Amino acid sequence: MHSYKIRESSSDRMFMFITYILIAILVLIILYPLLYIVSASFSDPKLVISGKIGLIPKGFNIEAYQRVFANPEIWIGYRNTILYTIVGTFFNIALTMMGAYPLARKDFPWRRLCMIFFTITMFFSGGLVPMYLLVKNLGLYNSMWALILPTAINVYNMIVARTFLESTIDEQIYESAHIDGCGNIRAFFAIVLPLSAPIIAVLVLFYAVFHWNSYFEAMIYLKDRSLYPLQLFLREILVMNQSDNIMMDSIEMDTSKFLIAEGVKYAVIIVSSIPVLMLYPFLQKYFVKGMMIGALKG
Amino acid sequence: MHIGKNAAPASIQVPYKKRFRMRNNWDYLIFIVPVILYFLIFCYGPMYGVQLAFKRFNPIHGITSSPWIGLDNFQRLFDSFQFGRILTNTLVINLMKTFISFPIPIILALMFNEMKREKLKKTFQTITYAPYFISTVVFVGMINLFLGGESSYINNILDTLGFGPIPFLTDPKYFSSVYVGTDIWRNCGWNSIIFIAALSAVDPQLHESAQIDGASRLKRIIHVNLPAILPTIIITFILQLGKMMTLSYERILLMQNSLNIEASEVISTYAYKVGLINMDYGFSTAVGLFNNVINIVLLLAANKLAKQYSSSSLF
Repeated sequence: MHSYKIRESSSDRMFMFITYILIAILVLIILYPLLYIVSASFSDPKLVISGKIGLIPKGFNIEAYQRVFANPEIWIGYRNTILYTIVGTFFNIALTMMGAYPLARKDFPWRRLCMIFFTITMFFSGGLVPMYLLVKNLGLYNSMWALILPTAINVYNMIVARTFLESTIDEQIYESAHIDGCGNIRAFFAIVLPLSAPIIAVLVLFYAVFHWNSYFEAMIYLKDRSLYPLQLFLREILVMNQSDNIMMDSIEMDTSKFLIAEGVKYAVIIVSSIPVLMLYPFLQKYFVKGMMIGALKG
Repeated sequence: MHIGKNAAPASIQVPYKKRFRMRNNWDYLIFIVPVILYFLIFCYGPMYGVQLAFKRFNPIHGITSSPWIGLDNFQRLFDSFQFGRILTNTLVINLMKTFISFPIPIILALMFNEMKREKLKKTFQTITYAPYFISTVVFVGMINLFLGGESSYINNILDTLGFGPIPFLTDPKYFSSVYVGTDIWRNCGWNSIIFIAALSAVDPQLHESAQIDGASRLKRIIHVNLPAILPTIIITFILQLGKMMTLSYERILLMQNSLNIEASEVISTYAYKVGLINMDYGFSTAVGLFNNVINIVLLLAANKLAKQYSSSSLF
């Protein structure tokens, strides 16, 4: 194909140059703190405190990691978070697809009514206390179901899934399946599920990241430390500065305690973010895809 | 014979049309009923509990039979010496967020759209989205490590430059700037996706003809790209206004400390504290309801404005 390329004027080239510079600065500002944390987690806390660390670790040591891994509560948190993420995401996907499927079918008579019924909840909610009392009255308090059932469906995600089904699966496919004697239930398993692998991937990612990262529900609904997800232990170490009772023996001096606590903070950030960090570069295109489907019909 | 031949397809067509009745589509119920139940219990259930805002909650009587006290809870909120402060804080943080952080993802998307080196563009985009996936707890932990205390990373740099350490996290006057600044760091990349998607739909022929007419890159961005993504901008803006009073209280709650509370207490964190820490259920519900009503008013107002001045609106 022959294309007529118009030569860029010098002002345009200048403009591009500035654009690249600005983007490069922004990328640096975003990337630097992330890399710094990795570097600081492997460094001598004394050098970190005095600001002598750059992107390359100095006074290399893994003592902070040893302390993190030696702590049983980190493992409890990890186990709980993995459990909540898997079970929670399963419920999320099942219910979201079950809602999206009838909404995407033109011959579902309550379509509009259901849509209104669901969308209202995006803008109006009962608020914190009524929700809290509800969870207590249902007997979900201090159990993992308090983290799973109240957040089982995200309306926005359900609308994204419905839009996806509407635009990928043609009504004629259902029609011909129906003529062959395939009911709506069988159509869901035989037609919809196999064709919606891309949207399910997107939903799994959104919901799984939500479960992995959330702390607030766990903070208000869970009482037993043995049920705490990882984020709650992280909160104690990173935000409330309570690492001393978790991570340290009582014999150590105060200054060294402070240094160890600082080192532990960097290490614990890395340890807790490893699953997301490792998967992120491979999966980020699915996240973007999900956002794009959502953008079509916001 | 002729008639019989035509009758066969017709007998298939007719029941299909009839299927628009629930009687013929009872099997959808298997899918939709659990979903409706979820919404009834976990979304409309709490809405039923909103009546607590007009009641004095008594744990023995429960929600339904607690005594009505009219608007007393709201009166208490408006009379509270904290009310002016938390309302101001909520507004200040939100207005800053709306007017400072809202345009940045748009500018970023426009810049990304100009980049021609696909590989570099992809890499850069991947990096800018990354902070969005950091959990709130870790994110606030990072803010503490970089900004809090005299030996934090930023203060070490400021110290060597001779600006002395700045108490970012403990002096109330820095709170809103720190909140909004870090919010931009975390979300600007992610929020730009929706605009990048909108930009990818711009007809390249428009650019070509503008180019032939001698429009520079900047001119084309202003006169071709911006109008093309304006509907997306407006809808995103309306949605943002509708969420205005919600804020991410999960994050603010973690960023609060006894020294900055004066500037960091917002309506939603206040509702959390009076409700779940002081167990003042009725009052907290009233605070939450007040917040929700403002949200809806803002959303409707923004939507009306958008309808009046442009063709795009939410509903």
